[in-house]
Amino acid sequence: MTDPDDLDRAILRALAEEAGVSAGELGRRLGLSQPAAWRRVRRLEAAGVLAGRRVEVDRAALGFGVTVFLGVKLAAKGRVSLEDFERAVVAIPEVQVVQHVLGLFDYRLRVVARDIADFERVLRRRIMTLPGVGQVEANVLLTEERRPGPLG
Amino acid sequence: MQLDDTDRRILRQYLAEPGADRAALADRAGVTPATLWRRLERLREGGVIRAEGALIDWRALGYSLEVSLRFTLDKTDPRAFDEFIAAARQVPEVTQIETFLGRVDVRLTVIARDMGHYTEVYRARILGLPHIAEVEALLLISTIKDMAGLPL
Repeated sequence: MTDPDDLDRAILRALAEEAGVSAGELGRRLGLSQPAAWRRVRRLEAAGVLAGRRVEVDRAALGFGVTVFLGVKLAAKGRVSLEDFERAVVAIPEVQVVQHVLGLFDYRLRVVARDIADFERVLRRRIMTLPGVGQVEANVLLTEERRPGPLG
Repeated sequence: MQLDDTDRRILRQYLAEPGADRAALADRAGVTPATLWRRLERLREGGVIRAEGALIDWRALGYSLEVSLRFTLDKTDPRAFDEFIAAARQVPEVTQIETFLGRVDVRLTVIARDMGHYTEVYRARILGLPHIAEVEALLLISTIKDMAGLPL
């Protein structure tokens, strides 16, 4: 879309914090009428800038105490099919995120588990048995923070 | 807070597709829309649901590049983490900050309009962050799966 103006940016900042804010409330905060705020939100949705909703839960309270990021390198490039690997990895319920990357690894995975023993089970039984999987590096997530990005 | 099977069913459905309309979610979880609404409110009040924000698609705003930067910090200085993170928060192109236990200490997600812009941000802002011992970059090619779902 064409560059968002200051009001669009303010709307994006507010909705990124709280998706449920009504057009009326947005309008009040930004000095717009309810229909004007609604039109802007619709336009940002139509342009694909507002691309759905992200829910953050207290994973530990739900029994998932461990989140691990894995860097995965495929074993023999060219001979393994990326499609086979991807089809198998997205089907693992503990894998929340799969990203194809360029660099030291071929894929980045975000994996949730109940505890370290449960993570080991997922790693051995599910990840290490994926078609074409080679070297794997694991880093246990300690803290995470989302930033507003270039909307300031 | 205590969760029962109904809470878990509702959460499983909601996390799998947060954008789905409430009637469809209630149907999938096998409850009435009124129960769904009441239970979600209770999960919010109990702190199990921490935040529900709009998802922003940065590519739709012209940020075509996403790079995952993995840092090892010089931990001889006990303030290394705090000072690095405080400085990273000042960089508008940083959209996520994560800390880890493992070979990687901190990971930043950095977005940029194109390679020229990325080079500028990397040289002017990223390399100037304090206490960096090592940095590695993974360039995002594509996101194959990105879900907050938990195998509840």
